[in-house]
Amino acid sequence: MTDTNTVTATATGIGTDPSFRARFAEFWFYFSENRGAVIGLWVFIALVIVALLAPWIAPHAPAAQFRDAVLVPPVWEEGGRPAFLLGTDPVGRDILSRLIHGTRYSLFIGTIVTSLALVGGIIVGVIAGYFRGWVDTVIMRVMDIILAFPSLLLALVLVAVLGPGLTNAMIAIALVLQPHFVRLTRAAVMAEKTRDYVVAAKVAGAGHLRLMFRTILPNCLAPLIVQGTLSFSNAILDAAALGFLGMGAQPPTPEWGTMLAEAREFILRAWWVVTFPGLAILVTVLAINLVGDGLRDALDPKLKRS
Amino acid sequence: MLRFLLGRLAVLIPTFIGVSIIAFSFIRLLPGDPVALLSGERVMSPERHAEITHQLGFDRPLPIQYLDYIGGVLTGDFGTSIVTKRPILDQFFSLFPATLELSFCAIIIAVVIGIPAGIFAAMKRGSFFDQSVMGVALVGYSMPIFWWGLLLIILFAGILQWTPVSGRISLMYFFPPVTGFMLIDSLLSGQSGAFKSAVSHLILPSIVLSTIPLAVIARQTRSAMLEVLGEDYVRTARAKGLSTFRVIGIHSLRNAMIPVVTTIGLQVGVLMAGAILTETIFSWPGIGKWMVDSVFRRDYAVIQGGLLLIAAIIMVVNLVVDLLYGLINPRIRH
Amino acid sequence: MNRKLTLAAALLAATVMGGAANAKTFVYCSEGSPEGFDPGMYTAGTTFDAAAHTVYNRLLEFKPGTTETEPGLAESWEISDDGLEYTFKIRQGVKFQTTDFFTPSRDLNADDVVFSFDRQLNSNNPWNQYVAGASWEYANGMGFPALIKSVEKVDDYTVKITLNQPEAPFLANLAMPFMSIVSKEYSDKLEADGKKELMNQQPLGTGPFAFVAYQQDAVIRYKANPDYWGGKQKIDDLVFAITTDAAVRYQKLKAGECHLMPFPNAADVEAMKADPNLKVMEQEGLNIAYLAYNTTQAPFDKVEVRKALNMAINKKAIVDAVFQGAATEAKNPIPPTMWSYNDAIKDDAYDPDAAKKMLEEAGVKDLSMKVWAMPVSRPYMLNARRAAELIQSDFAKIGVKVEVVSYEWAEYLDRSKAKDRDGAVILGWTGDNGDPDNFLHTLLGCDAVGGNNRAQWCNEEFNDLVVKAKATTDQAERVKLYEQAQEVFKREAPWATLDHSLSVVPMRKEVEGFHQSPLGDFAFEGVDLVE
Repeated sequence: MTDTNTVTATATGIGTDPSFRARFAEFWFYFSENRGAVIGLWVFIALVIVALLAPWIAPHAPAAQFRDAVLVPPVWEEGGRPAFLLGTDPVGRDILSRLIHGTRYSLFIGTIVTSLALVGGIIVGVIAGYFRGWVDTVIMRVMDIILAFPSLLLALVLVAVLGPGLTNAMIAIALVLQPHFVRLTRAAVMAEKTRDYVVAAKVAGAGHLRLMFRTILPNCLAPLIVQGTLSFSNAILDAAALGFLGMGAQPPTPEWGTMLAEAREFILRAWWVVTFPGLAILVTVLAINLVGDGLRDALDPKLKRS
Repeated sequence: MLRFLLGRLAVLIPTFIGVSIIAFSFIRLLPGDPVALLSGERVMSPERHAEITHQLGFDRPLPIQYLDYIGGVLTGDFGTSIVTKRPILDQFFSLFPATLELSFCAIIIAVVIGIPAGIFAAMKRGSFFDQSVMGVALVGYSMPIFWWGLLLIILFAGILQWTPVSGRISLMYFFPPVTGFMLIDSLLSGQSGAFKSAVSHLILPSIVLSTIPLAVIARQTRSAMLEVLGEDYVRTARAKGLSTFRVIGIHSLRNAMIPVVTTIGLQVGVLMAGAILTETIFSWPGIGKWMVDSVFRRDYAVIQGGLLLIAAIIMVVNLVVDLLYGLINPRIRH
Repeated sequence: MNRKLTLAAALLAATVMGGAANAKTFVYCSEGSPEGFDPGMYTAGTTFDAAAHTVYNRLLEFKPGTTETEPGLAESWEISDDGLEYTFKIRQGVKFQTTDFFTPSRDLNADDVVFSFDRQLNSNNPWNQYVAGASWEYANGMGFPALIKSVEKVDDYTVKITLNQPEAPFLANLAMPFMSIVSKEYSDKLEADGKKELMNQQPLGTGPFAFVAYQQDAVIRYKANPDYWGGKQKIDDLVFAITTDAAVRYQKLKAGECHLMPFPNAADVEAMKADPNLKVMEQEGLNIAYLAYNTTQAPFDKVEVRKALNMAINKKAIVDAVFQGAATEAKNPIPPTMWSYNDAIKDDAYDPDAAKKMLEEAGVKDLSMKVWAMPVSRPYMLNARRAAELIQSDFAKIGVKVEVVSYEWAEYLDRSKAKDRDGAVILGWTGDNGDPDNFLHTLLGCDAVGGNNRAQWCNEEFNDLVVKAKATTDQAERVKLYEQAQEVFKREAPWATLDHSLSVVPMRKEVEGFHQSPLGDFAFEGVDLVE
């Protein structure tokens, strides 16, 4: 208990310093308190590095077929070969290389989908929360409609409409994730709108756009960042699920969910083609969620108190 | 309370109309011609094609088709499946109990394990137990459940052979559906072993489907408990020397449960999304699998009707949760 | 509710008593749900297995395990010399099934046969549109409305069918599932009750198994028909356990939850063969997978170019990677199990170097092309994407750049028909009636250009041969004509013939009397379980 108290005291001390560096230092202080979050961050950084360097660190090209090495087990199993550390798939492609390249797809999917949903959601949410009235009503009804469908079902049907493929899957997922950002932004904007500093800025003659995006928005960022990490991991999971159902990235793209779908028929004969892609999804999503938890703890003042 | 209810309904109706428009227009946008699909590799003559298109009413103006459709929906006619040529509502009602049964068991597992785990984790904050529970919960929350389901099949049905691979009950047992819920029907049937068989078929899919709600509920319970434990009145109660049990049981729990109940209600959507994957993996004859199959078969009519029915169910459940919330917490009524 | 409970009690009693007598139950893990139970309206094998081969019979039947026909509900028949009039003698004393939902008062007669045709062909028949969108796809697909002039009842046990032109495959067509004979009496009763749609939900016929119940997407139950004209079956109950996932079907088979399964994963076949509790039947399926060039577009209008590309495809690699060996390389457009298959024909050997040279000689340089890959798995091509990727890397070796394209299935079928289509299409065919006409004329004839003829290939010499064979009733003559047609086909190379898949049927050791059908049917007449 005493521990927490000192922490709070220090934090308040730093908190009064307006400079960005100090704010970051405060953030980092709380973030690094959470051991899991730090581990998650390291794993995530490692994944980013793997993704960036994929063509150089992958032992083989992801689509290269070794016709004499079909369904070779991992190296530690009987019959495994050192050239294929995690074994090969039914057409003789190296699983490790495909997983490494798959990192690119998953992180790419997460980044694009989150950006789309975040930017779209913020714009719509700020507009709704700032203007209220019928604009707000219409926007919120549309969001209600989207939220009335289970997200995966809606994404599945959307992809069926747009045509199976990675791009369309990302658009569909961004669309179903977006209402959460809209609701959050709207609520935050409505709460901030009546604060003194906003009223002051308004009196000083700030325009609508300036008020919305320069004055109010930066003060609502914390929950959005937390929701953003959540969306990042959700996007990866949903894209993999769509790939698994055959509606996401199309073969031979080494996307993890698609790899799982392709490998499903070998589930009882070649465990490695099923196990590793799923494990890769789990580790990535877990790392991001750990970071997300850390962010929430560090950014959410209400939880800091307890 | 009545005003609150009416207010909610006033929001619900336009949302439902919006949902129906979306479901309706999605289907018209789907690429691929459902009529041509009827014949597969075999080529259909253009005259025949036009004839069937006309029979199915796809050649009429869209607004007319929509009004016709909505008119049907209001009188309980959701149309007929293009593939099976059976009424969609019939199919829905024959499949829905399977999904309901599965979801119900999943949510029971999630609540029975999740809430106590969350409470104890909050009470022993920072302990090994707390960290393990939260670690496991986070792993569960991050789980690609389609992969998780496959792993469980390999292990329990494949290697250990403890549970059956898929289906709802062993084929040895046969009785006509009375309620549609296999657990109840198997008891009603009076056949020995039938209930046990139904349970053993339900275990794996329920575990898979409960994974994410369980994680969410455990985490939510823990943080709600922590928040309540930090409130002044609990501190006061503790300071007054009330036993931990009384503090937890009487003062904190009831207040902590308010957000948890909402969370459980919100899991309905999650369960439906999960049912799509779980039912596909376990060949569970419910509406999730029905929807996936229909998407692949391009059964326009079923996708449209299914989307509408599922959305309607989720909306009604959310309404009920809201009402419950209003009952527990009178402050929000106004 | 009350009624339901009584029914439940009655059934319970029946089950308990049945259990005491040690009923033999045969469980088939089927691959999907039937679309419905009226075989006339559908085209899918899954539906035929569930409806046609269990509940119904036809005038003629395919002899188990072959593509030859034998008498079914028609005891005998005569064909007029001009090949236009078919007179069928209907078998006497054939009983319709007695079930919970219907008790027949009379035996099968000519009225039932005439009705079974009329409801499909005559749009004024009250049963022609008894459910929304009923479309009698197969009757239309086989050209019956144009082919059949009349179907008449001569007397109670004689029916005469008159055709507009002679058609050699007609008898085989009558043995196909869509021509199942339904009960006029049952139909009349449903019509009187205003419950016509039950025809498609509670089928009633003369077949070896009577329908009991269908639980959607889960289980179909039948019981042996005690009055079956071919004798009561050795098993008492037949159950279809619908299991869409092949890996799961295998698990159930291993666990003894079912006795027989269709369409195993190619990857599992080896393990199945090694399992002492299982046995595996294999047979070449009645199918072909092909890569159809667009023979109207340069440079694929040149025979040498098509030949060169054919020589560059490593078919063995496709068979290995896609089927794990459970298929044979194809050299002819018809499968080896079909009569008139020309085994004397030599396939173009796989030879990338020669292919490259040939392409150069034809003056083709820097060729880039599209290869279309089907988005769905079919028995003749389990994974077209994988095959297309293999062809892509094969063609790269002779300097041909390939872009693999795909569309959603209905789009794919539709777009690939276009005469000016860009690229070569992977597609295939599964035979309907075991007649070579059903492959050679249907897929490669001139009138199929812009339709089933995906190569857009109209070769006069070939077309004359197959058209002549269709109108000839002399079997030996037909064989000769089709053999010649295959030679022309090989010379002209409108397709790269890829593979004929093996149909593999794993079953429990105790299963006896199952005949693997070259037509891909799963029919359980005559099966038994022997411990």
